[in-house]
Amino acid sequence: MTTSIDSKSELSTIPTAEEIPTILIRPSRGWVALNLRDLWLYRELLYFLTWRDIKVRYKQTVLGAAWAVLQPFFTMVVFSIFFGRLAQVPSDGIPYPIFAYCALVPWSYFAGGLERAGNSLVGSANLITKVYFPRLAIPISAVLAGLLDFAIAFVVLLGMMLYYGIVPTAAILTLPLFLLLAIATALAVGLWLSALNVQYRDVRYTIPFLTQFWLFATPIAYSSSLVPEQWRALYGLNPMAGVVEGFRWALLGKSPPGPLLAVSVTVVVVLLIGGLYYFRRTEKTFADVV
Amino acid sequence: MNDVAIRVQNLSKRYRIGARQAGYSTIRETVTDLAVAPVRRLRRLGQPTPPEETIWALKDVSFEVKHGEVLGIIGRNGSGKTTLLKVLCRITEPTEGQAEIHGRVGSLLEVGTGFHPELTGRENIYLNGAILGMKRTEIHTKFDEIIEFAEIERFLDTPVKRYSSGMYVRLAFAVAAHLEPEILLVDEVLAVGDATFQKKCLGKMGDVAREGRTVLFVSHNLGAVQQLCGSVILLQSGTVVERNSPERVTSMYLSDASESADGVFDLAAHPARPQKYASIIKRIVLRSSGSSSRSFFFPDDSLVVELLLDASPPIVKPRLAVAIEDASGRRITTLASYLQQSQLPALTGRSTVTCSLPRLDLGPGRYLLSASVGTKNDGLLDSVDNAAWFEVGWRNNYGNGEPYYGVYGPVIRGSEWQRIDERSGYAGIVDDSCIDLLS
Repeated sequence: MTTSIDSKSELSTIPTAEEIPTILIRPSRGWVALNLRDLWLYRELLYFLTWRDIKVRYKQTVLGAAWAVLQPFFTMVVFSIFFGRLAQVPSDGIPYPIFAYCALVPWSYFAGGLERAGNSLVGSANLITKVYFPRLAIPISAVLAGLLDFAIAFVVLLGMMLYYGIVPTAAILTLPLFLLLAIATALAVGLWLSALNVQYRDVRYTIPFLTQFWLFATPIAYSSSLVPEQWRALYGLNPMAGVVEGFRWALLGKSPPGPLLAVSVTVVVVLLIGGLYYFRRTEKTFADVV
Repeated sequence: MNDVAIRVQNLSKRYRIGARQAGYSTIRETVTDLAVAPVRRLRRLGQPTPPEETIWALKDVSFEVKHGEVLGIIGRNGSGKTTLLKVLCRITEPTEGQAEIHGRVGSLLEVGTGFHPELTGRENIYLNGAILGMKRTEIHTKFDEIIEFAEIERFLDTPVKRYSSGMYVRLAFAVAAHLEPEILLVDEVLAVGDATFQKKCLGKMGDVAREGRTVLFVSHNLGAVQQLCGSVILLQSGTVVERNSPERVTSMYLSDASESADGVFDLAAHPARPQKYASIIKRIVLRSSGSSSRSFFFPDDSLVVELLLDASPPIVKPRLAVAIEDASGRRITTLASYLQQSQLPALTGRSTVTCSLPRLDLGPGRYLLSASVGTKNDGLLDSVDNAAWFEVGWRNNYGNGEPYYGVYGPVIRGSEWQRIDERSGYAGIVDDSCIDLLS
C-alpha cells in the first residue's frame, strides 16, 4: 500500500502530467505549424512503438537477429564475386568485400527504413482511426526501429576491418554524423512516401522499384570516383551517395567526400523540412481516408 | 477558476460521400480525372452545376460539460455520435466550429487499440497503455491492478494471439479502465465480453463517474446510460435535438418514430425468406391491444402480433409460431399456436391471425421476431427470420421508482417477497392451501 502511495507522489513530480492543458479543436487552414512539442510530449509512445517494431520483427523467425547480418552480408558476397572479381570494378585500393560491405550497412538501414516508414501509416490504420497521438510518431518509429539491425550489421563490419587489418583514422569520430544523415535521409523520404501512401496506394508498389533503382544510383558496388570530377558534386543530389562516401571516409580512410557531401546535406534538409510540412498538412485527413 | 471541462461551439463535420465511399484513390484515377474533368466541365457549361455530394455528419453541435459531469450521448446509427467523439479526441478535424477541452483527455473508442497479436499480455499492457496516453511509471504502478482486473495472471507471458476472445477483451478493457485522465471519452465499449464482465465494466465506469471525473459516454445500451449519466444528449442526423435527464431523453429516443418504427413489416418479398418456402406470411403488424401499430413498447404493455396470411391452397390444421430473440441473437421464447390447447381453424385465402401477450414483461432493449407457418404433416410452409423488431423502453414498472435495467436480464418476472418471522415459524409464508394441509 505504502509503495503505491510513494509511486503516486513520484508521478506528481513529472511536470507534464500535472499542468492542466487546454486543447483547442478547430479546423486548420493551409499550412500548419509543425508542433514538434506535441511529439516531444509523446516521446514515450515513440519509444514503445519503436520497441514494438523491433520486438515483433523477429518473433517466430528461426534465425532472428541474424537476418540483420545475412542480407547485407550475402549482397556483399554476390557483389564481390560479380563486380569485384569478374567485372574488376575498381575500389580505390580498398579490398572489394569490405569496400562493398561498408556501403551496404548504411544502405540496408536506409532501404529497410524506407520500406517500413512508407507502409507504416497504412499499416497502422486501426490506430489512426481510433486514438489521437502525433501521427509523426509512426514513420519516425519505423525509421528508428532499424537502428538495432544497423548495430548488429555494424559489429560484423568492425570484425571485417579487423580481418583486413584496416585501422581507422581520426575520421571515425565523424561517423555518428553520417549515421544521422542516413537516418535523416530515410526519414525525409519515408515521410513523403508514408503520407502519399495514405492517399495513393500506388506508393506501396513503387517502393521496391524505388529502392532497386536507388541502389544502383548509389556508389555501393562501385566508387563515386567513377563519376567524372566536374559532375561529382551533382552526384550528391542523391543523399545516399553522401552517406556512403562518408562511411567509407570515416571507416576505411578513403578521401573525404568534399562538395558532394555538402550537396547531400542540403538536399536532405530540404526534403526533410518539406516532408514534415507535407505530412502535417495531410495529417488531418488521414483518419478519414486511410 | 473555470468549471467547464468541454465547451463545444457550432461544431460541424462534413464528409464528401463520393470520396468516402471510394476510399483512397490511385494516381491513375487522379490522372484520368485530370484529363477528363475539363472535357466534362466544358460539356456541362450552361447547365446548372449539380450540388456536391456531401453529408454533414455533425451540424452546429453546441454544448458544455462541467467538470465532474457524466454526459451520455445517444442516437440512432449514423446520427453522428462517433463522429462527435472522434472530433473531440482529435482523431479527425472538424469542418467548422470549435471545441475547447480543459484537462487531460483519455479516449476509449475501442478496447484493445494497438494490441499486437505477437506480443505477450505483459508487453501489450505497456504498449496499449502508452498508446492510450499513459506514462510508463503510471502503467508500472497499476500493473498488478490491471492483471487482477483482467484475470489473466497465468497467461501474462503468452502472446495474445493465443488468448480466447474473452481473455483478449478482458485484458484490453482492463488497461483502458485504469486510464486516469480528468476527461474520459468512451464509445460503446461496454458492448463486449460476457455478461459477468459487462457488469464488472459497468461497475468500473460507475466508479470513474463517482470519482468526480468528467465522462462523455456514447452508447446504445440505454440501461447503462441511465445508470451512469447525469444528463443525456440526443443526436439526430448530426444535430442535438434534446438535452435533459436520462429518463426523458431515453424515452424520447425510444418513441422517436423516425426509423419507420411504425410496427408494420411487409414480408411479401422478404430477402430473409429461404427459396423453398412459399410467401404465405404477407405482413406482420405489432401493436398493443386497443392501440395503433408501433415498434416501441414498455415492459408492462400488452403485445399483439398480427399476422396477415395468404394461404392458397388452404391450410388445414395450421401450426403458427412467433419466436422472439434479443439483439444478440439469443432466443428468448417461442410463442406457438400448437403449444396451446385449441387448434387454430383452417386458413383459406387471405386471413389475419393474432397472437397476444397480456403483458410483455421483457427488459429494455431491442428484440427481433421470426414467424413461421406449417402443418404437422408437411412441416414448415413459410418461415421468415428476423421478420420484425420492436424495442422495449425503460419504465418504473411497479410504481416505486425502481427501474428494471437491461443488465438485469431480458425476462421480467413479478415475484413475491416476504420476511420469515422466526418466532412464528413458517406461518409468515404459508398460504391458504398449505393451511389446509397442515390442519
